[in-house]
Amino acid sequence: MTAATAPALEADRLSIAFGGLKAVAELSLRVPARGLYGLIGPNGAGKTTVFNLLTGVYRPDSGEIRLAGTTVNGLRPNQIARAGLARTFQNIRLFGELNVLDNVRVAAAVRARSGLFRSLLRTPLYLAEEAAIVERSHELLDVLGIAHRAGEQAKSLPYGDQRRLEIARALATEPKVLLLDEPVAGMNTPEKKAMRSLIQSLRERFDVAILLIEHDMGLVMDICEHITVLDHGVTIATGEPAAVQNDPAVIEAYLGVPEGQAAIPDDDAEVT
Amino acid sequence: MKTLAERIAAHRPGLLRAIGGSAWPIALGFLFAYLMQTVLAPAVGDFYGKMMLDVGIAIVLGVSLNIVNGYGGQFSIGHAGFMAVGGYVAAAIVFYGSIKLWGSKDIHGGFLGPGELLLVTGCLVGGGFAALAGLVVGLPSLRLRGDYLAIVTLGFGEIVRVLLQQTDDVVMDPRKVEAASPIDLADNLGGALGFFGAPRYLDPKNPFWIWLFVVVVLLVAYRLKTSSRGRQLLAVRENEVAAEAVGVPTTRVKVSAFVLSAFFAGIGGGLYAHELGNSLRPTDLGFQKSIDLVIIVVLGGMGSITGVVVAATALTILPEVFREFSEYRMICYALALVLMMILRPQGLFGLRELWELAPWRKVFRRGGR
Repeated sequence: MTAATAPALEADRLSIAFGGLKAVAELSLRVPARGLYGLIGPNGAGKTTVFNLLTGVYRPDSGEIRLAGTTVNGLRPNQIARAGLARTFQNIRLFGELNVLDNVRVAAAVRARSGLFRSLLRTPLYLAEEAAIVERSHELLDVLGIAHRAGEQAKSLPYGDQRRLEIARALATEPKVLLLDEPVAGMNTPEKKAMRSLIQSLRERFDVAILLIEHDMGLVMDICEHITVLDHGVTIATGEPAAVQNDPAVIEAYLGVPEGQAAIPDDDAEVT
Repeated sequence: MKTLAERIAAHRPGLLRAIGGSAWPIALGFLFAYLMQTVLAPAVGDFYGKMMLDVGIAIVLGVSLNIVNGYGGQFSIGHAGFMAVGGYVAAAIVFYGSIKLWGSKDIHGGFLGPGELLLVTGCLVGGGFAALAGLVVGLPSLRLRGDYLAIVTLGFGEIVRVLLQQTDDVVMDPRKVEAASPIDLADNLGGALGFFGAPRYLDPKNPFWIWLFVVVVLLVAYRLKTSSRGRQLLAVRENEVAAEAVGVPTTRVKVSAFVLSAFFAGIGGGLYAHELGNSLRPTDLGFQKSIDLVIIVVLGGMGSITGVVVAATALTILPEVFREFSEYRMICYALALVLMMILRPQGLFGLRELWELAPWRKVFRRGGR
C-alpha cells in the first residue's frame, strides 16, 4: 500500500499482557486521514494501554502498527513522535517549571535540524529555526486560545488551559495523527462545548487525524465517525456511533446485565 | 498552519549580521579577561588575586556541573573525577611537553607566549579526555531513569582516584624524559604523592586564561539554556515521559549534556593543575571535591547560571574569611543543604537568572522569555 492511500494510522491485531493479565487482546483499528475515531470503554478497559502501545511506551507482544503505511513497531517513543504520532496525557504531563511558550517550543523544535554545535555557535540556520519556532509556537497558542498566558509558568495554569496547552504542544510536533486521552475530563458544560468545536476544527486546520479516548458519551457519539468499544482489553464492538450505541454487548459492559451488579469504577491504569 | 520547514526561509538573517551576533560576546570576553589581567590583577594584590583565581575555577566547575544537575535534573556526584582526568592529562602534557620542547619544566615565554599556548592545548586535550570519560560513563547509566547516574558517577570518581594513586613517580630528569615516549610517561603521574612540578602559569598576576575560560563556559551555558537543545534538556528534567512523547531523544540529549559538562570539568581541572598554590593530588580531587561542587549547584539554583556564579563566589570566599572556623565548614555545608532542601529545594534562584528575579524585573525588562 502506498502512503497516499494508506490510512493515517492502522493497528493490526495488537496484543499485550502484563504477567497473566491480558491488557489488550487482538485490537485492530483504522483511522483514515483526517478521520475522527473514538476509543471508548468502561474504566480499566485498556484504553490508555492502547495509547501507550501506539506511542511506543509499551511494546506489543504481537501485532503491527502502521503510520501512513510505514511500520513503526519497536521504535522508541521519540522516534514515533518524529514519524508523526502525537499524544496528550490523561493525567496532564506538562513541563511545569517552564513557561507556556517554552512548553510548545520544545515540541516545535523536533522539526528543527540545528544540533548542539550550531546552537552554541548561533549559525544563520539556527537563528532562522529558532525564530520560526517562536512564530509557530505563538500561532499555536493563539489557535488554542491561550496566547495571553504565553509567559506564565505551565504549572500555574488553570486546569482547562493545561489541557489546551497539552494539545498545542502535541500539535507543535507536526503530527499526522493526534491521540487525545480524555480531553474534556473534569470540564463543565461550556468548557466541553468549546473543546468539542476546537477538536473538530483541528482536523482541517492541521490536516491531522484524531483518535480520541473519552468517557463523555455525548461528545464521542456526536463528533466521532467511527467508534471501537473495549472491555477488559477485548474489542466488544466497532462501527458507526449509532450502531455501537445500540449494541447489546456495549450496553452490558457499561450498565451490567439486568440481574447483575454494576462494577465499581476504578481509575484507568496509566504508565508512570 | 505553516510547518516549521516552510517558515525558515523567511527568518534567515544576513550572514554578516549572524557572524557579528555570534562573535561579539567572545570579543567582549577577550577584552574582559585582558582587563582582569592588566587592570584588576595588579590592583588587588596577591591574597585577593589568589582568591579570585579560585573563584574563577569554581565558576568553571560549578557552571559545567549545573548543565547536568541543574538543566538536566540528573544527579552526578563525580564531577571531581572528570576534573582529575582533565587536570592530570593537562599537567602531563604541559610538564613533559615543556621538557621535551624546551628542555626544562619551567615557565616558558611570557603573557600569551608559547608556554601559555601549551597550557591551553593541555587544558583542551584534558577536556577532551574528560569528555571521552563522560561518554563512557554516561552512555550506560543515562539510559536508565532514576538515581543510577549518582551511583555510577560516585564509583567513577573513586576509580579515577584509586587509579591515579597507583601511578609511578614523576620523571624529573630531563634526559630520561627526552628518551621516553609519551606512552611510557603516561604512567608517571606521581601516584599518591601527587603530580608536583607542573609549571604554575596561573598566578595572581596572570589570571588571563582562567577568566577567558570562565567567559567561554558562561557563554556556552547561556546559549545552551536559551536554545532548543537546552530546552529539551529542561524538558527531560521536568517530565521525561512527556519529553519522549514530543520527540525529544531523551537518552541522546542527556548523554550529550553529560559529555559537554565533563569537557568543561576537564578544562577546569587543567586550570586547577596549573594554578599557583594548588597541589594536584588524587585525594584533593576525590569525593569531597565533588560534594563541594554539588553544593555550589544546589545552593545557587538548579539551572540558574548566575545563581551558580554567586554560590561559587560565596563558597570560595567564605571559607577564607572564616578560616579560624574551618573545622566547622562541613557542618555548615551540611546544615545549609538540609535547610535548603526543606525551605527552597529548587536552590536560591531556582531556574531563574539574576535579571529575572522579582525586584529587578522592571529594570531589566525582557520580552519573550
